[in-house]
Amino acid sequence: MSKILMKGNEAVAEAAIRSGCRLYFAYPITPQSELIEYMAKMMPKVGGTFLQAESEVSAINMVYGAAGSGKRVMTSSSSPGISLKMEGVSYIAGAELPCVIVNVQRGGPGLGDIQPAQGDYFQATKGGGHGDYRTIVLAPSSVQEFADMASEAFELADKYRNPVMILADGMLGQMMEPVEFKAAKTDAEIAELGHQHESWCICPNEDGDMKHHHEINSLEIDPLVLEKHVNDLYAKYAVIEQKELRYESYNVSDENEILCVAWGTASRIVKSAINELKAEGKSIGLIRPITCWPYPYEAVKKALGKKVKKVYVFELNTGQMVEDVKIAVAGKVPVDFWGKVGGIVFTPAEIKEKLEACFK
Amino acid sequence: MEVIATRPESLTKTPFTYCPGCLHGVAHRLIAEAIEESGLTNKMTGVAPVGCSVFAYKFFNFDMAQAAHGRAPAVATGMKRARPDMHVFTYQGDGDLAAIGTAEIVHAANRGEKISVFFVNNAIYGMTGGQMAPTTLPEMKTTTSPYGRKTDDIGFPIRVSELLATLVAPYYIERVSLLSPADILKAKKAVSKALQYNSENRGFTFVELISTCPTNWGIDPLKSREWAKENMLPFFKPGVFRDKGEGVE
Repeated sequence: MSKILMKGNEAVAEAAIRSGCRLYFAYPITPQSELIEYMAKMMPKVGGTFLQAESEVSAINMVYGAAGSGKRVMTSSSSPGISLKMEGVSYIAGAELPCVIVNVQRGGPGLGDIQPAQGDYFQATKGGGHGDYRTIVLAPSSVQEFADMASEAFELADKYRNPVMILADGMLGQMMEPVEFKAAKTDAEIAELGHQHESWCICPNEDGDMKHHHEINSLEIDPLVLEKHVNDLYAKYAVIEQKELRYESYNVSDENEILCVAWGTASRIVKSAINELKAEGKSIGLIRPITCWPYPYEAVKKALGKKVKKVYVFELNTGQMVEDVKIAVAGKVPVDFWGKVGGIVFTPAEIKEKLEACFK
Repeated sequence: MEVIATRPESLTKTPFTYCPGCLHGVAHRLIAEAIEESGLTNKMTGVAPVGCSVFAYKFFNFDMAQAAHGRAPAVATGMKRARPDMHVFTYQGDGDLAAIGTAEIVHAANRGEKISVFFVNNAIYGMTGGQMAPTTLPEMKTTTSPYGRKTDDIGFPIRVSELLATLVAPYYIERVSLLSPADILKAKKAVSKALQYNSENRGFTFVELISTCPTNWGIDPLKSREWAKENMLPFFKPGVFRDKGEGVE
């Protein structure tokens, strides 16, 4: 299939539909509007459900109901709206329901602005809602990857019965890049997906003898039962941490003197600076976490290699992922951080300047 | 031995968790009987609220979901849209539906969502210990209105059935009570009608059930029914507010 020039917001929507998503509930917010508009246009054409909810709170609870019914379902929003969804995400994690949530991040806190930012890393990776739970977090750095993550997110959600968040930003949502889509799932394949959860989800008692009483629920009033439930969740999270780590090693070698760690949009800019410095004979590696939870601690640790004298973290926030990097580095070398906020994206020249200073 | 009365099959054997004299058990039974009579049991599913009936998901003998506080109509929307072949109801109290879940109920009704909502109104928060509800009557004392509900401070009770009847889409809205055997028979008819319309996917159906809370009102069960007749029914008048099936617009 040939490549199509598309905005990230539209590409992830198209990829979700191709992945068999036939239910989408959301509320309008900038800078993800093209996503909800694409769904409004395309879902009726594939016999799917598009519903513009009265609020983000309602949208995520519609997701809870649809996910509890065992069907692939998605919602999307941007930072302030994602905060509103967090109640529902906690219930979805507690009830172990599969769903996909897209966050096209913008500047915060509060109403912030509508430019790209990475200020929701803590919220996405450390909980966000109440209680002990984890959300699988995938962080794209291109329109192609944003689109590819739709199918990956649904696979992970179904496999682990867990919410999966695609943590993008206003740049990835708004920017147009060439994208190549995977083949769309057939109706038969989508029907098959619909059967995979029937051992636990809301579904009819077809044979009429009331064989099952499935409960979609996060309430366990008995502390001992809740203790077991939370421990079971953590056992599941431990498996995800073992099996589902994804990261990119860029220019990582034993020759590296500096190791950068950056994710999403920020990582693209860091790569540009690394390339320029490489031409000048300076060896800098980059670890780009693709899953922000689970976090690739071991990959960061291993990439310290023999010569790395400093780790430099660049984010579009005041320093969030850098805390995970410090856990990984465990004091072996200094960890520096530089970021830009307010929806301002740093330039390759700015990153280059910061890195050059490390060689002086 | 001839069996003349038995537990409806659409109720599980899990014992109810309600206080002595509470009418939730009556409401559950009416819904369970009506579901069976409508022949919907195998395709029925429901959503439990937060409140005294939070465990309703354990009591109905088919697949059930438990929702966050006030969100049951949104959850039911997701379920019905995901499985249009199934029939969905929510069971909600007045704190859940008329306070924290106001947006969800109004918009589910406004969309004409093809679900049934059973709204139990006893003018108080029961599970959390008797706090003021949006339906608490003027001057009524609760743990958070210890000097009585002052209407110049916190406003008047919300009449949800009348509120929803201002919308165009709802198919059926009726308020009944559970305060006497005769009222319960009338309530049964309303519940049955809602589920009949639900089985035909006609649209949004809503039954408000005026109930009591002997424990938190501090009135014994029988007297609490009399109290509700004297104090609640004049404000929350029973009646049919919408019945498109019978031409009541």
